[in-house]
Amino acid sequence: MRSAKNITLSVVLFCASVVGWEAVVRGFQIPPFILPPPSQVALALWRGFSSGLYLEHLSHTLLETMLGFIVGSALGLVLGTAVALSRPVEFFLYPYIVMFQSLPKVALAPLIVVWFGLGLTSKVINAALIAFFPLLVNTMVGLRSADEERVSLMRSLAASERQIFWMLRLPNALPFVMAGLDVAMIFALIGAIVAEFVGAQKGLGMLIQSMNFNMDVSGQFSILLILSVVGLLLNRGVMIIRKRVLFWDPSEKERIDQERVSA
Amino acid sequence: MVTEAISVRSLSKLYATRDGGVAALERISFGLDEGEFVAVVGPSGCGKSTLLKILAGLLAPTGGSASLRGTPIAGPRRDIGVVFQAPVLFPWRTVLDNVLLPVDVQGLGRDRYLGSAMDLLALVGLREFERRYPWELSGGMQQRVAITRALIHDPAMLLMDEPFGALDAMTREHMNLELQRIWMERKKTVFFITHSIPEAVFLADRVLVMTPRPGRIVDDLRIELPRPRSLDVMTSSDFGRYTRHIRGLFNVKGGLDA
Repeated sequence: MRSAKNITLSVVLFCASVVGWEAVVRGFQIPPFILPPPSQVALALWRGFSSGLYLEHLSHTLLETMLGFIVGSALGLVLGTAVALSRPVEFFLYPYIVMFQSLPKVALAPLIVVWFGLGLTSKVINAALIAFFPLLVNTMVGLRSADEERVSLMRSLAASERQIFWMLRLPNALPFVMAGLDVAMIFALIGAIVAEFVGAQKGLGMLIQSMNFNMDVSGQFSILLILSVVGLLLNRGVMIIRKRVLFWDPSEKERIDQERVSA
Repeated sequence: MVTEAISVRSLSKLYATRDGGVAALERISFGLDEGEFVAVVGPSGCGKSTLLKILAGLLAPTGGSASLRGTPIAGPRRDIGVVFQAPVLFPWRTVLDNVLLPVDVQGLGRDRYLGSAMDLLALVGLREFERRYPWELSGGMQQRVAITRALIHDPAMLLMDEPFGALDAMTREHMNLELQRIWMERKKTVFFITHSIPEAVFLADRVLVMTPRPGRIVDDLRIELPRPRSLDVMTSSDFGRYTRHIRGLFNVKGGLDA
């Protein structure tokens, strides 16, 4: 697909749709608080960045997202390992984890803001809560999916359970863990933004909220644009790490190709 | 009396099922001498893999005893090397790291075994491939890595469970020659499971013939063919006599036709 011709075509299509959008808004005289023309969105973007406003809020949201991602993934990894390795832990803990997961965690955001305040903490916790589950499930499945024959081989070498874990189960789980991180990254961003909607002093989510009150629709569009670019970059970041860690996984290349199709 | 490399006395294995139990092995007895190459041949389901798992210490028998060099087998031991039907390599390890897996597991010290790992890789013709990863190798090459891995900690004996069953016929013949060469050079006791009668006759000093339900040894056949055997030996009349004899046992017992 990546021929020079197709790339040119995709650039042309992009420009055409932007120009078409602008023409429709002007031609039908649609008020800017319903649908702003791209020129105004670009202007809002430029103003926001040149005044330093966007960068300040963007960096705050990024910090929340990254902290939430790290805390949530670490928690998911540890708990997933515990559930996978210990039958009692699975029996007593897993039902609650599943119950908790079926709860739409977005609905928890108001409570978390009440409990942990308008600052950074509530956003990190909310992001971590949402990011945690994909890691938990993937770690669990990954650790349990070690091929029976490989386990037999390790046992035939008189390996201890600990050795089987470190030399076989853990590396074997890595493709699953990396897939979990992929999802968790985007989930953390969602968690941070939602918590900002509920109540915050800083961040892009809070900015969208206040712009909404001021009918600044072009401003909102400009932030949506930033968020989608941020999401894309975070996702690519995880993918680069995944490719490095899983250089040995033959399904890796295939999976990346598939993602490109589904993205 | 000299202690046998492997000694199996009225060994039984009963698998519990809904309607009672299935005898995978019923009172099997045999012995292997030090340095001997013994093949077990039989149709699938005759319990030969169960037998190997018991010898490898991966499975406990329900009756009888098996001992290795005079000591009873009570779990996995470090003085055997096992080769499975699939190469069972770890994809995140290089060829060399895969070969050194037993050394890592048993904490023998990589430095001391690096030299012999390279020698063994040269022996199986994989000298230049030590830094490659398993997916870069063909099926035959992967199985040679598995054999190298089974030999690295210098085990007293080698247990092989249909190691060439997944390979194509040409590669398989080639691997048979390789295995004979390795065995003649290293003089290990080999316990080799296969469902190919010609493979068993070609490789072994002795062939144990097994039939299923219940798993039993119906013949213990000494193969008197000179070594090293070339592939041409397969067209000799002696070779034909041995294979015909074994095939006849299956037909009488209904093993292959069942």
